[in-house]
Amino acid sequence: MHPAPSLILFTTLSGLGFGLLAWLGFGLKAPTGFAAIVFFGLGYALAGIGLLAAAFHLGHPERALLAFTQWRSSWLSREAVLSAATLAVMAPHAAASAFWGTPLPVLGWLGGLLALATILATAMIYAQIRAVPRWHHWSTPPVFLLAALAGGALLAAKLTAALWLMLALSLAMVAHWVAGDRRFAGSGSDAGTATGLGKIGKVRLLEPPHSGRNYLLREMVHVVGRKHAHKLRLIALGLGALGPAFLLMLPASYLTALLALVLHMTGMLAQRWLFFAEAEHVVGLYYGR
Amino acid sequence: MTTLPTKTDRKLGLVIDLDTCVGCHACVISCKGWNTQNYGAPLSDMDAYGAEPEGTFLNRVHSFEVTREQAPPMVVHFPKSCLHCDNAPCVTVCPTGASYKRTEDGIVLVNESACIGCGLCAWACPYGAREMDGAEKVMKKCTLCVDRIYNENLPEEDREPACVRTCPAGARHFGDLSDPDSDVSQLVAAREGFDLMPEQGTQPVNKYLPPRARDSLDMPDLASLCDPAPEATGFLGWLDRALEKL
Amino acid sequence: MPSQPTPDLSPQVSDEVRKTTCYMCACRCGINVHMKGGRVAYIEGNRDHPVNRGVLCAKGSAGIMQHNSPARLRAPLKRVGPRGSGKFREITWEEALQTAVDWLKPLRDTAPEKLAFFTGRDQSQSFTGWWAQAFGTPNWAAHGGFCSVNMAAAGIYTMGGAFWEFGQPDWDRTKLFILFGVAEDHDSNPIKMGLGKLKARGARVIGVNPIRSGYNAIADDWVSITPGTDGLFILSLVHELLRAGKIDLGYLVRYTNAPYLVNAADGPEKGLFLRDDAGKPMVRDRATGQAVAWDTPGISPDLGAGVEIGGVSHLPVFRHLADRYLAPEYAPEQVSDRCGVPAVRIRAIAAEIARVAFDEEITIDQPWTDFRGVKHDKMVGRPVTMHAMRGISAHSNGFQTARALHMLQILIGSVETPGGFRFKPPYPKPPEAHPRPHAGHNPGQPLDGPHLGYPLGPEHLLLDDAGQPKRIDKAFSWDAPMSAHGLMHMVISNAHAGDPYPIDTLFLYMANMAWNSSMNTSAVMDMLTDQNEDGSYKIPRIIYSDAYSSEMVAFADLVLPDTTYLERHDCISLLDRPICEADALADSIRWPVVAPDRDVRPFQTTLLELGARLGLPGMVREDGSAAYKDYADYITTHERRPGVGPLAGFRGNGDGKGRGAPNPDQIARYIENGGFWIDHIPAEAQFYKPWNAAYQDWAVERGIYDSPQPYVFNLYSEPMRKFQLAAEGHGDRQPPDHLRARLRETMDPLPIWYPTFTDAATDPDEFPLHALTQRPMAHYHSWGSQNAWLRQIHGHTPLYVSGEIWAKHGFQPGDWAILTSPHGRITLPVLRMDALNGRTVWTWNAVAKRRGAWALDEQAPEATKSQLLNHLIHELLPPKGDGLRWANSDPVTGQAAWYDLRVRIEKAPAGQSLAYPDTGQQDSPVPPAPRNLAHQV
Repeated sequence: MHPAPSLILFTTLSGLGFGLLAWLGFGLKAPTGFAAIVFFGLGYALAGIGLLAAAFHLGHPERALLAFTQWRSSWLSREAVLSAATLAVMAPHAAASAFWGTPLPVLGWLGGLLALATILATAMIYAQIRAVPRWHHWSTPPVFLLAALAGGALLAAKLTAALWLMLALSLAMVAHWVAGDRRFAGSGSDAGTATGLGKIGKVRLLEPPHSGRNYLLREMVHVVGRKHAHKLRLIALGLGALGPAFLLMLPASYLTALLALVLHMTGMLAQRWLFFAEAEHVVGLYYGR
Repeated sequence: MTTLPTKTDRKLGLVIDLDTCVGCHACVISCKGWNTQNYGAPLSDMDAYGAEPEGTFLNRVHSFEVTREQAPPMVVHFPKSCLHCDNAPCVTVCPTGASYKRTEDGIVLVNESACIGCGLCAWACPYGAREMDGAEKVMKKCTLCVDRIYNENLPEEDREPACVRTCPAGARHFGDLSDPDSDVSQLVAAREGFDLMPEQGTQPVNKYLPPRARDSLDMPDLASLCDPAPEATGFLGWLDRALEKL
Repeated sequence: MPSQPTPDLSPQVSDEVRKTTCYMCACRCGINVHMKGGRVAYIEGNRDHPVNRGVLCAKGSAGIMQHNSPARLRAPLKRVGPRGSGKFREITWEEALQTAVDWLKPLRDTAPEKLAFFTGRDQSQSFTGWWAQAFGTPNWAAHGGFCSVNMAAAGIYTMGGAFWEFGQPDWDRTKLFILFGVAEDHDSNPIKMGLGKLKARGARVIGVNPIRSGYNAIADDWVSITPGTDGLFILSLVHELLRAGKIDLGYLVRYTNAPYLVNAADGPEKGLFLRDDAGKPMVRDRATGQAVAWDTPGISPDLGAGVEIGGVSHLPVFRHLADRYLAPEYAPEQVSDRCGVPAVRIRAIAAEIARVAFDEEITIDQPWTDFRGVKHDKMVGRPVTMHAMRGISAHSNGFQTARALHMLQILIGSVETPGGFRFKPPYPKPPEAHPRPHAGHNPGQPLDGPHLGYPLGPEHLLLDDAGQPKRIDKAFSWDAPMSAHGLMHMVISNAHAGDPYPIDTLFLYMANMAWNSSMNTSAVMDMLTDQNEDGSYKIPRIIYSDAYSSEMVAFADLVLPDTTYLERHDCISLLDRPICEADALADSIRWPVVAPDRDVRPFQTTLLELGARLGLPGMVREDGSAAYKDYADYITTHERRPGVGPLAGFRGNGDGKGRGAPNPDQIARYIENGGFWIDHIPAEAQFYKPWNAAYQDWAVERGIYDSPQPYVFNLYSEPMRKFQLAAEGHGDRQPPDHLRARLRETMDPLPIWYPTFTDAATDPDEFPLHALTQRPMAHYHSWGSQNAWLRQIHGHTPLYVSGEIWAKHGFQPGDWAILTSPHGRITLPVLRMDALNGRTVWTWNAVAKRRGAWALDEQAPEATKSQLLNHLIHELLPPKGDGLRWANSDPVTGQAAWYDLRVRIEKAPAGQSLAYPDTGQQDSPVPPAPRNLAHQV
């Protein structure tokens, strides 16, 4: 799949934002006053920038409101509804924390649950797609959820939790890669089933339909070099989870926490880039990929 | 409405004969022409005369080579457009309700005025049947020429998809695949029509007919066809007798 | 479930449908042009039209993009920069026409042969030929010489017609269809429709082609023949059929010259037919053993035994034929290696032909009467058919190979029988019924007759008193005696060399001779720009007419811009290249469904205007005014013979079929009828046309002939023997010595096979591969690339190589190859294709473009990732050290031998991403193309 910067930003930033909001909602971090403005503001800003980035991905953002209508069937619609609901439900809690110093735990908890559901919905947008076998696996939601919660914990300065979540995230990422590398072969789809000609012999693309490019190739047929992918995985694992975990094991300081955050975000950008770029869509079978 | 109908009244679709398709791209262009003028936004061509032209097409013809152990390699031209799946994953993922499967005939359509151009439906489709238009930024797909097949402004005989009407070799057939007695269903039954990527669980309506066995000409004993074989009796003698019989 | 959207299911498709004829290739399908607000909105096939029955190919449907092409010329152009630069100034039509007249008038008055007027793929050859005849130049022809003249001429000389416009398989009845060579490029929709019919009923299709693409991809059986050996393969099939006695002797006796006795007496008559005092060929009557006239009633002609006269035994044609092809050299085992086809496969195909022809005989209960007056109560057919075009034609052994193919069809008795190959009127038409070529020119006078024709012997060659060719292309000379379509591909080369004489003005129409329509493109560009010492051009003046900014435009001095096909009148005439069906006479028109929005004029109208200004006979009235207002006026009122004009339909008062006075409403009637006219042949006249009395009478009624012209097929070609006799030293007209041996060998009156000249002269170690081009089905010559839709399908020209070559050279996806011929080298990206003859590589034809042409971006893949194979093919054979220019052509017809090309391949250096050679760049005489299109009318 094409690693679109808008989607990489969307999933990482909104994940981080909703992750932070979850921590704030469940009251595991309960800032008040100016601190609340800073923390909730950060959560809202990250979620908001992420959602805005997602809107950039749309051909017609002016019709975005329609995306709230199909929550019965569509994970993307659910994600829209849940993210809006999270932000709405969390708002009184945030305002109360900031301006009156009195968090509203019920709304906070509800908001926290909604934030988690939002992250899950984001993950499910990808995990539901059977045509991308690498994504269509139980390991996709854990990566999204753990990344959001780990990043959120870092932002919420819940460093111990962050450490364990980082370790869990590293396991989830590795599981996603290991499983992912076998998913395509395991999907049962190959050039033979794609064309139905597999029974006759070995099927190979002779020529793509057009010599010119097309949307499908740009959007869904992205080939990453094996070496390149390997390097990026190491970066994603090292910077995104294990590095921060190591830093978190050091005596706590703003510097290490900040460094851990920067490493984590860099690593997660790499992870997300790979998440898209490595994902093989079965339509590639029609293009010899 | 992006929930799939539990049942459609009919299942209109195409049957594509891979034994007959010569790969001429006639269907590709007639589709482009019709759908540029009709249903929704025109199919645009970006950088149309430039270094990297990229246009929207709802139907494209791939070419595959099939190599076999004991016989010469085959080339199969392979037209592909929306298969109007019963279990269309492109429909259920749509966040706005723009994508829908019609209850009356099973045609999968995009209501372009509700399309936000998120592209998720194209991702969900295993077949590459949907393309985002480069100029209009809405999702385009085969409509099965829904604006032809019921069009009262067209003569009855023209109420079929543009690709079917134009196909010079007659490799494309259109009809109701829910009716076991329809011509298309009969054809599928007789020629062992198949689904593309059945393992994806999409339950496509469109079917493909496989190429017939190739390079199977076996050699009868030519001499046995001859009465009497001239070789046995000398050519001139045979000729003389044969002329005598005329 | 909530309600679903309700799209408009019955939109208004258009305001109006205008029915005209497609011109996206030479197929000439009927099209419905849907108009909205006076603009072209959508094009589809016309269901009523005999050619395409409603279907339409990719090109046809993309016609709207051709009509809107940014490459359309806008006004007449006069060159202001050097030739080839593309620097022009737009001028008025008055200036353009006056310039042309100023150039042409002095030529006509002093030396009309100094005008060479050649047209390309236009469909108005009977008109342009008529104009050139009136001008008085012998130097006119169209593009047949580099296209398919071998097929056409071999067909006419053998049986009075060939494929495509001459005839077609009986698609509704045939049970076995064998397709030889590249054929996608002609008659495209009818062949696809025919294949579809065969497939629908499960009839077997055999493809004989080095490349298994397109039609061959759906062939049930594929014969991956080595290029240039089709003739040998066919003769091996003939060998097998003869050996098994699977030939239709009755058919041969009745309808061919198989029983004709061949004079065996040494002397100037040797090898000609034995004739009686009345000049009639004689046969041996089995009843009496005597030689009698072939058409003596009640005889039983012999095919085996001959007659002895004066101690010399004169044998029938069939005996010669059998003796030749039964020889062991044609046995499958003997030809197998050379053809690249296993012997068992040749046997199997021969057996299948025999089985279908004789065991699956077709009978139609339709009585008919033959030309001898014999009544038959049914029509019996042998349902085996064949088709071939350029694949076997464009070789230096193409004429004889095409003859062999026609002979094969005749031997099994399938031609003009139910299920077999059927002629389309006005064919069948034997060589005798065609005109002879003419080149008699005099200052200020029209030519002494039509330019092109079918010579029946050396006496019909166009040679001057010194034995030199009279035509600039050397057609109808000893170089190419039966060059029935001329040799357009030699014109620039010969004009540049001043061989046989220099010319002044080269006038071309719709022929991209500076590019894909010439062999040796780079050198042709040099010839067009080559200067004398005084700075003048070697070819002094070039006038060109085209609708689009082609490569050739840049090399012209004066450009007369033509219209698109939707803006013009045309007639697809019976006098020209008709669109008839096997069971019907048909012709059609184009008419301006929209008016041009540029200062352009239909070329034919321009030509009439030039003719009037030059005062050419037939184009001016007695008072000196123009005889025709425009081309439409010519189409309606011109008469070639009394009552016979360009259009056969709606003549006279509107009821005239074929014959009748000009009808001023004729074009209106055609438009009303969907753009065409069709007249079905009566049932009893539909088969056995050359011998069917009802057909012959019907043809006379329709003006096809002026008297019945029954004839028998020429298994043995007496005209060829006459040329051969000359080569053996007989007769007044003698070939030059250097051509004697070649003529003796290649003018064989019975089909032969010999290695192509290139194969014979090439070291197989140095150039081990054959290289071919094919035209993509979605393109037509160079036109496709200006079409935004079609260029996306085929925007570059990969070189397809077999898996064996791929592995041997270590190619990887994305690599480029260097392809070297004895003449030049090109580079191309490579692509692997296994369904390919192992000794062959190929690429797409005419996709490559020169930078700046066709309103394309300079970085367009057509210019950067595409190349013409033409650069590798010389119009001449490599010098033989005799100082002579030997054409790389068929020795009989002069057909360009494109497909003889031999090459070697190497991997290009890593990092190559640009195609070579660099042919430079031309300025575009048209404004830049729009960037993006979203075209909704």
